[in-house]
Amino acid sequence: MSDLRDLYQEVILDHNRSPHNFREMPSPTAHADGHNPLCGDTLTVYLDIEDGMVKDVSFVGSGCAISKASASLMTDVVKGKTLEEVREIFEGFHGMVTGESGGQSPASLGKLAVLEGVSEFPVRVKCATLAWHTLMAALEGQSDPVSTE
Amino acid sequence: MTRIARPDYDLESVRSEFPTLGQTVYDRPLVYLDNAATAQMPAKAIDAVREFQTRDRSNIHRGVHALSVRATEHYEAARVTASRFINATSPKECVFVRGTTEAVNLVAWSFVRPRVSEGDSILITGLEHHSNIVPWQLLGEATGARLKVVPLRDDGTISVDDFAQALTPDVRFASFAHVSNALGTVNPVGSLTALCREKNIPCLIDGAQAAPHIPIDVKELGADFYAFSGHKVYGPTGIGILWGRAQHLEAMPPWQGGGEMISSVSFEGSTWNAIPHKFEAGTPNIGGAIGLGAALEWLMDFGIAKAAAWETALLEHATQVLGTIPGLRIIGTAPEKAGVLSFVIEGAHPHDIGTILDRDGVAIRAGHHCAEPVMRHFGIPATARASFALYNTMEEIEALSGSVRRVQEMFADV
Ligand SMILES: Cc1ncc(COP(=O)(O)O)c(C=O)c1O
Repeated sequence: MSDLRDLYQEVILDHNRSPHNFREMPSPTAHADGHNPLCGDTLTVYLDIEDGMVKDVSFVGSGCAISKASASLMTDVVKGKTLEEVREIFEGFHGMVTGESGGQSPASLGKLAVLEGVSEFPVRVKCATLAWHTLMAALEGQSDPVSTE
Repeated sequence: MTRIARPDYDLESVRSEFPTLGQTVYDRPLVYLDNAATAQMPAKAIDAVREFQTRDRSNIHRGVHALSVRATEHYEAARVTASRFINATSPKECVFVRGTTEAVNLVAWSFVRPRVSEGDSILITGLEHHSNIVPWQLLGEATGARLKVVPLRDDGTISVDDFAQALTPDVRFASFAHVSNALGTVNPVGSLTALCREKNIPCLIDGAQAAPHIPIDVKELGADFYAFSGHKVYGPTGIGILWGRAQHLEAMPPWQGGGEMISSVSFEGSTWNAIPHKFEAGTPNIGGAIGLGAALEWLMDFGIAKAAAWETALLEHATQVLGTIPGLRIIGTAPEKAGVLSFVIEGAHPHDIGTILDRDGVAIRAGHHCAEPVMRHFGIPATARASFALYNTMEEIEALSGSVRRVQEMFADV
């Protein structure tokens, strides 16, 4: 049971119950849909990017606790960050949950560290990364015009 | 409550015949409740496969040597067993296929394709597995035939009247499940085939979920085709049976071409082997067929009726105990069900339920069960599904319920 508690920490259960930034955005500068066909999770990530910075971010969708909590934490963490910083956080997060962080301490990931337990549950890694991949897809659709600043 | 508390047989000794069941996972005794996906295999069937691989391994129907003669004998004996299992008129009506999926595809392309064109319809029901939906859509793309669906009702049943109404003159073929894998519903297949016969519309029954729980008599069922998969009836994966009426199989063109299925080949043209070999192009899954034969032999010796009575008791008990858990909703409440209990829990996604149960050693399925239209009907992305086999115990239902209760407490709105 102990490793289950590592996965389903209270923080994660809280984010699952009441996810942050769980709303549509009327006029986002970028958005993308994500889908995990294995478990039927679907979500949409919305971004409002101004001057190469995430001014606002939100998401809607349905999914398991891990995917919902991960999306919620993601929105908290990337808000106010530059696109460069967002990419770095994504790399670090991806490394942490896949267990390939190469010695980097999860502490540098701030509140995202609560998802470290996911690395012990390989079949759930996709749940934790769905929101992030969707965010990156939204950024890709947007990155060219944005990076010209 | 009239439910039986013990089966008509010694559960412990039956369980000891299934080598996988004795293991622990995460230091917990395995509680295997994913039987609708794949059931475990008795030692007798495993041994039959091993005997083929270690003693008789060779190709069939084409060797003059001893090994090939033995392999051919065992392969054909397995066909005879399969034909007894479903009470077919003759073993030649039983085609070895990869499983139910391949059986449906074979019937779609060989039997139905020449009978449909633009404006015709194929009739299925709202509770079908993707393998009884997608082949018909592919056929529709090639021919212009349309897919027509008898609606699913909120208790998870299909109404005979709805089915009768849907059997309009444009329907050229009907295909429906005997038992739903997502909901456990037992369809009134006898009434459905009777309606088809009245209108001269041939039909197929997807028996993947019925074969382990319901004695099958294809003569009595009245369908034109019946399909099931080995791995759900305690046999190997990658092998199954398509039963078809001999007169149909005789008249149908081959589906795949190659070795074994021919009578003679020349560059000017070829002639086909007799049924069922006409449909078994290439070297088949010989070991799988032999293992399936042994599994069916085992199951018939055991007695499906005896197994079914116990599985019903398990299902009823599980329905009752899970039903008392706050926030838990059972999906599929048909009056007649077999083997399957699907549920959702308020606030807890089925995927989380599956992970938590897994760490308690309880193996269930979480997902859409290859039945996305069924999920859509109930407005849910997925369910958690426990499914029962003849070797499951009441103690395992308790373990399931204890574990589910923990999920509910963990995810409850505090
Ligand atoms: C009702 C039903 N039909 C068809 C299938 C497909 O069987 P297979 O994957 O063995 O071809 C399944 C298996 O899940 C099933 O439950």
